Amino acid sequence: MPGPGTSQAVPFVRRWPYLLPLVLILALGGVFTKRLVDVERGLDPSLIPTVLLNTPLPAFDLPPLPGRGQAMNSDELKGEVSLINVWGSWCIACLVEHPVLLEIAKSGDVPIHGIAWRDDPDRSLAWLAERGDPYAKIGQDPRSKAAIAFGVVLAPETFLIDKQGIIRYKQTGPITQEDWRTKIKPLIEQLKK
Amino acid sequence: MKPLSLLLAALFVSGLAVAVEPREMLKDPALEARARAISKELRCVQCQNETIDESGAGIARDMRVLVRERLQVGDSNDQIFAYMVSRYGDYVRLRPRFMNSTLALWIGPFVILLLGGLVVARRLRKGDDVPDPLTPEERAIVASLTEHGEKTP
Repeated sequence: MPGPGTSQAVPFVRRWPYLLPLVLILALGGVFTKRLVDVERGLDPSLIPTVLLNTPLPAFDLPPLPGRGQAMNSDELKGEVSLINVWGSWCIACLVEHPVLLEIAKSGDVPIHGIAWRDDPDRSLAWLAERGDPYAKIGQDPRSKAAIAFGVVLAPETFLIDKQGIIRYKQTGPITQEDWRTKIKPLIEQLKK
Repeated sequence: MKPLSLLLAALFVSGLAVAVEPREMLKDPALEARARAISKELRCVQCQNETIDESGAGIARDMRVLVRERLQVGDSNDQIFAYMVSRYGDYVRLRPRFMNSTLALWIGPFVILLLGGLVVARRLRKGDDVPDPLTPEERAIVASLTEHGEKTP
């Protein structure tokens, strides 16, 4: 004998809200998965995008390392395609990048200028003496004046500027052989035209 | 004092410490107060969830000094914020500005509150409803159950 309850099945239209949590969980899972895949593909969302791309390089006038060339002035950097590399003798990741910079300097494709960021000039010089010096000009930036103007967060950071002094590319973190080959070098060739 | 209470006292004092060093401070107390207020609105770009006022990072220190230098040459608070935003993007402001990309952030909670309110309101109204009258079959079932028992009102 059928009980009184069984004859009264709740129609589907009234039950569908119970599926809502499941739908929400699946949607959330989708968002998380996309983020994971992005990071895997190198699109790290924690990297701060630079607002300076395609804007003129900021004005700065930095003193040279003692006994090493002239002051580094932003106006004098205009007129040719160049790389501006922010580094420091305290910076571990700069050690990783250094051999690549030496190779780029040797290739003669583009001059690399250095900003010695928050560093003791003697240590900067000792670091270069020990490991080789890939830089054309070097300016000291002990109080982050230029670094803040460039929106630098962590060394090394590298900016590629064109002949008009417009920032065309920014590398956060060490430049790898692959970055140089696949991104930076082709861009330089394009900018040199 | 016992070592434990000493340790506890040290803990409280360290909690109150700020990163601003005495030699960074401006002589003019009004300017210094403005510098502190501005520093509390700017993110330490290296540490991400600290203000430059709290952070011990080198870049935060240099940003604090820059803020003070700009105050001394007569920049307004807005000019200083504008400069930092022009270098680091809106990210550098700890309090997000009201704009298209932050619309969901600012309005979202209120929208969710409104939706929740609507759901609750509907529920409450439903609760007042008089239940549907029994169908003839249901009456029959009730009658068969109460036939030999107590009478229904």
